[in-house]
Amino acid sequence: MALIDKKSKEALSDPLMKNNPISLQVLGICSALAVTVQLETAIVMTLAVICVLSISNTVISFLRSMIPSKVRIIVQLSVIASLVILTDQILQAYMYDISKQLSVFVSLIITNCIVMGRAEAFAMQNSPGKSFLDGLGNGLGYGGILISVAFFRELLGNGTIYGYTVIPDSFYSVGYQNMGLMVLSPGAFIILGLIVWIQRIFSGIKEE
Amino acid sequence: MHSNKYTIFFTATLTVVLGSFISVASGSLKSLQDLNIENDSKKNILASLGYRENISERWTSSDIQALFSKNIKSLAVDRKGNIIDTSEVNEKEFSEVESYPIYIDQVEGVTKGYAIPISGKGLWSTLYGYFAVEPDGMTAKGITFYAHKETPGLGGEVDKPWFQENFIGKKFISKNGKLIGIEIVKGKADPNSLYQVDGISGATVTSKGLEKFLLNDLRKYEPFFNKIRKV
Repeated sequence: MALIDKKSKEALSDPLMKNNPISLQVLGICSALAVTVQLETAIVMTLAVICVLSISNTVISFLRSMIPSKVRIIVQLSVIASLVILTDQILQAYMYDISKQLSVFVSLIITNCIVMGRAEAFAMQNSPGKSFLDGLGNGLGYGGILISVAFFRELLGNGTIYGYTVIPDSFYSVGYQNMGLMVLSPGAFIILGLIVWIQRIFSGIKEE
Repeated sequence: MHSNKYTIFFTATLTVVLGSFISVASGSLKSLQDLNIENDSKKNILASLGYRENISERWTSSDIQALFSKNIKSLAVDRKGNIIDTSEVNEKEFSEVESYPIYIDQVEGVTKGYAIPISGKGLWSTLYGYFAVEPDGMTAKGITFYAHKETPGLGGEVDKPWFQENFIGKKFISKNGKLIGIEIVKGKADPNSLYQVDGISGATVTSKGLEKFLLNDLRKYEPFFNKIRKV
């Protein structure tokens, strides 16, 4: 079965840890910084990227023998852009509050290097099934990092998790304070840097 | 290698297919999106007047509609401070009289507050929101913002309850009856002052901008609130 052969499995599982698009390839950082102030936005962004990435990979893989190589980038881009616009429209219709908070970052999925990168590097050479799994894997790998960053930023910056207060009032009364830094972009850089660091210790990758 | 003819044919087809796909999707979702935008502004009007949802029990679209139509009257005031029922004037007349929208919170004939739209420049962007006034025509009842692009954690604090609750109970009319607005001071306001609120540290431009456009917007409605105060 196509779903369980070794290469398909790798397409799905590699990007989760071994070849994570954010923490190892350091792609798609912009949105990882921008939408991770709260868990809720990070989760919705993750779902949006997973949808766009797996569908665009599948569609492009289906078309791969038909796409003239001279215009392949622009063709990939139009497929991705259409999916992103569709995602944005759906969010505006069904999750208005969150789409307002995500504002321009949903549209910016178009320029997310992960999406274009997977289309060009994987979907153009592999079958639709594998490309779908690759898209799903990369989306999950991206989302995993996004959600971990958001978890720490929301907890330390606002004292809440998914909007619910978790730090008891007694902590505040003995002088505990929310870290304002975590709400700002530098907080995201620091958390993301720590995650990249920890992951590289475990995966044993060294930069030359 | 594909021929030029094929390339042109392929891109043209792709454009048509994707284009129609998007227009169908956006066309069919349009009515839902418009409803969301309308609900969002209703929700903010309600919030400025003190009706707030809590996180464990979010309002649905019909909750908002019901609450709004039950309590809020959507009217307008002209430059002289007269109330105009916007449903009675036709559009042409309406633009001639130059009027400003006002939302009146009335429960069983008793007025509980007035909400007016406010907007103006902060540091990076235009802020949009609502400012609510007590029935006495001189006391702030609440303030909300529904759109801005200020720095989160700095100017973005205008969204936070601590900042918005600051305004409740403050007066924008001085003792001798002049419109003075509400001053947003640097740091902590004098707790006894009726005319000052705490500023946002690190967001002086946003605070000053808000102070200025709040006063400007209140000036438009001053003839109306003036009449109320005299009654």
